[in-house]
Amino acid sequence: MIVLTQTTEILRQLPDVGGPAQPLLTIRGLTKHFPLRSGLLGRSTGVVQAVDDISFDVRKGETLGLVGESGCGKSTTSRLIMALLEPTSGEVIFDGQAVGYGGLTLKEYRRQVQMVFQDSYSSLNPRLTVRDSIAFAPGVHGVARRSAVTRADELLEAVGLDPAQFGPRYPHELSGGQRQRINIARALALQPRLLILDEPVSALDKSVEAQVLNLLLDLKDQFGLTYLFISHDLNVVQYVSDRVLVMYLGRVAEIGPVDTIYNGAAHPYTAALLDSRPSMDPDRRRLEPPLQGDPPNPVNPPSGCRFRTRCLHAEAVCADKAPPLAPAGPEHLAACLMVLPGSGHSQAPKLAA
Amino acid sequence: MIFYLIRRVLYAIPISLAVSLVCFMLVHIAPGDPINAIVPPDAPQAVVEQIKHEYGLDKPLPVQFGLWLYQVSQGDLGRSLATGRSVWSDLRPATANTLRLAVTASLIGFVLGLILGGLAGTFRGTWIDRIATTFAVAGVSIPHYWLGMVMVILFSVTLGALPAMGAGPGGATDWAWDWAHIQYLILPAVTLSVIPMGIITRTVRGVVGEIMNQDFVNTLRGKGMLPRNIFLHVVKNAAPNALSVMGLQLGYLMGGSILVETVFSWPGTGFLLNSAIFQRDIPLLQGTILVLALFFVALNLIVDLVQTALDPRIKRS
Amino acid sequence: MEPLVHVRDLKVRFVSRDSTVHAVNGVDFDLAPRETLCILGESGSGKSVTLRSLMRLNPPRLTKMTGTVRVGGHDLVTTSERSLADIRGSVVSMIFQEPMTALDPVFTIGMQIRETIRRHETISREDAERRALELLELVQIPSAKRRLAAYPHELSGGLRQRAMIAIALSCRPKLLLADEPTTALDATVQIQILLLLRKLQQDMGMGVIFVTHDLGVAAEIADRVAVMYAGRFIEEGPVSALMRDPLHPYAQGLLGATVHGGVRGKRLTTIPGAPPNLAQVPTGCAFAPRCAYVEPACLAAVPAARSPIPGRAARCIRVPDHAVSTAA
Repeated sequence: MIVLTQTTEILRQLPDVGGPAQPLLTIRGLTKHFPLRSGLLGRSTGVVQAVDDISFDVRKGETLGLVGESGCGKSTTSRLIMALLEPTSGEVIFDGQAVGYGGLTLKEYRRQVQMVFQDSYSSLNPRLTVRDSIAFAPGVHGVARRSAVTRADELLEAVGLDPAQFGPRYPHELSGGQRQRINIARALALQPRLLILDEPVSALDKSVEAQVLNLLLDLKDQFGLTYLFISHDLNVVQYVSDRVLVMYLGRVAEIGPVDTIYNGAAHPYTAALLDSRPSMDPDRRRLEPPLQGDPPNPVNPPSGCRFRTRCLHAEAVCADKAPPLAPAGPEHLAACLMVLPGSGHSQAPKLAA
Repeated sequence: MIFYLIRRVLYAIPISLAVSLVCFMLVHIAPGDPINAIVPPDAPQAVVEQIKHEYGLDKPLPVQFGLWLYQVSQGDLGRSLATGRSVWSDLRPATANTLRLAVTASLIGFVLGLILGGLAGTFRGTWIDRIATTFAVAGVSIPHYWLGMVMVILFSVTLGALPAMGAGPGGATDWAWDWAHIQYLILPAVTLSVIPMGIITRTVRGVVGEIMNQDFVNTLRGKGMLPRNIFLHVVKNAAPNALSVMGLQLGYLMGGSILVETVFSWPGTGFLLNSAIFQRDIPLLQGTILVLALFFVALNLIVDLVQTALDPRIKRS
Repeated sequence: MEPLVHVRDLKVRFVSRDSTVHAVNGVDFDLAPRETLCILGESGSGKSVTLRSLMRLNPPRLTKMTGTVRVGGHDLVTTSERSLADIRGSVVSMIFQEPMTALDPVFTIGMQIRETIRRHETISREDAERRALELLELVQIPSAKRRLAAYPHELSGGLRQRAMIAIALSCRPKLLLADEPTTALDATVQIQILLLLRKLQQDMGMGVIFVTHDLGVAAEIADRVAVMYAGRFIEEGPVSALMRDPLHPYAQGLLGATVHGGVRGKRLTTIPGAPPNLAQVPTGCAFAPRCAYVEPACLAAVPAARSPIPGRAARCIRVPDHAVSTAA
């Protein structure tokens, strides 16, 4: 265990505000539309509905896994949460306080929420040594240079790298796994409460992926962190997450506890996604692909339920009515008319008379 | 696509207007009163006013610009202050001469540049690459007025093989594509071709080198395509970039040949500009710059349209 | 009968002015007709270089290749560039990881299929066009006729990879080489492409060599699996046996490190350290510095392939040779 007494006086994790029952992060109606322009006068001909009215909570101390395929909006969501993009509408609430507009300032917010990206190389400044990269943000937040460097060395040790050996090196001298450890150390330098991990192990080899996943689980306990873990790898998400959120074409398809979803998905898309995983057993191979075709383009998505064009259970009603998130079990919501009582879908539960 | 075409052509109009305004204003911002060039310094004030009135120089600037623009749109570029002849009658043969020189020079430069650049890009890191790159660097760094004088000393004075000055029998207005005339074109054209040769070599080397490193070249080799088949793919991929650089180079040659035209006394727009500047001949100066600038705008337009036609990824619907 | 692919002591070095990389350091294997072999390995293991050697596609000026490589009766090491070009695309062809960059962006899909057919066969433009359409239907591209005129950027990732497969199959090759063809695709598309490749392999009776880093992909498609480390096959065997009970400590580590459904709540096994630098050929077992069972004999010489049961082999001195069974 690494003792962090020296610097906790200088920069410590900001205290809990609303108590354990209040979500650490609340997303309400978050929407991001990118307009497309063309034609003679550059008039708007369409809108990329990258993220369309999504709402969810990240609870204190949990790992929420966010899965989906390309174009589902998971990366846009993470950038909206980090305030790297301006939302079209909706709000981000951190521990009860709205971010921006008279609430938490961006500087206060970003101290508590940090991000680790997939590309470990381009997210590090190539002209800074590893030690300077980690010490940079605390310096910006007013920590003295010497304390920031001491802190950087402690963090290097925490992510399993020898400070004397790795501190003076530059990013191009490191392997992908080592660089990702540096990125994690850098994200931890401000003592954040929430880490957004955007495909943090997708570019790594399997044996290195396992090392980094183990490290992330250790750091979570050690630093009292909450994770939002974004990935396209369903096995990795299952391994790290407490709850899982599935996105399809800019909307939430399903959210619930990891075991509930992996043992019995309520949304047909989630079920198909899970069935698309290679079987890992050569004697029980897949015979039919669960879905045909590619995910559609998020420009001008289908009306009603966005999944209906690929769904085996689609009925006429699915084109008319966008399904709201409806309870499918304890703490389990799914946006499918087959879950919503009295929705008009033939497989929907009947309304109690 | 058709929308993009129309839009791109419409964009050219405000650009041309802006260019005209800059041409018009430059002359008025520059020091020196044009009146001094035509009127003796001791002329009575009344005569000066009279001449100012005749040339419209007594009106406010916006009015002068409006009038000038109206006349230009009628094809009337005014009269030269120095000679009293219509600007157009001097400008037309000069533009034709410059066009001949620039097009010949670019043909030489482009062909050599494409060959050298293509070879250098295909055989990157070999001695072929190093020789081609040396040519390119020499091409862009040798001052071409100096090269022109060296060529004159070598080919005209020492060897006596080619004429050193002028545009052949008949002077500025009597051009023909026969040896009696073409021999006058060779030295200035070769001198002028050296810079575009260097620039095209460097551009094509970069573009081809980059394309040869792309995965699809591996795919082509993997399906058994022969080097000549692969070459066709590389050419079609490299063409949009190479063409755009060539179009701009042609534009630069049109306007940038002042020094070479002066060295060889080639009766083109550069030569004309030179004398217009020294004589403070405002209408001639304005007319020449305007024609050159409009050429540049038109070339840019053509380059853009050709690029769009060649590359399916540029989707401009 | 001669195997479709016969490789003995294949060595590939990349030599440039300031460095040499020993990418492949002695690979031996045979592939029967209609057989699917998966080469499994991490980045830098030499799996892609090995694959590319099977059509001599590594960068010609840098590559030094020795050993025996025979594909469909053709000797690939000594043959001339010209006859190599006749073999590529007709006897053996390849599909790549990134269908976006592996297709020429300024030519239509139809044109890229047609030129392949017309390169290897004397056939009219119209017949080539008809064959191209059949091929797009074969790889299950919807509204195939329209897609012939499409440019690569106008297709989705899954359709692009299908078009790539159509090009590779256009002259009915005996051997298809696949370099991580599903890695860049979405999960629901990846399984479609895997199943398509499996079906085409069976229908057309091709041999397939499939390079991947993903155990799950190997489990779906392979008859046999070879695990590669530091430029050598360190283990080889039938897919079920190898995945159930790997012999080599590296293969065991790789399986343990792979996250799958059954490991939630358990700590993942990891392999400490990093793969060796291939500026020199490792003199002993290349995995020894990371191996939990290392002993002096491991460093003395490169372990020979030992076969405990017929059809399986591993380069580890702890594996018994010609034993009756390991499961007992």
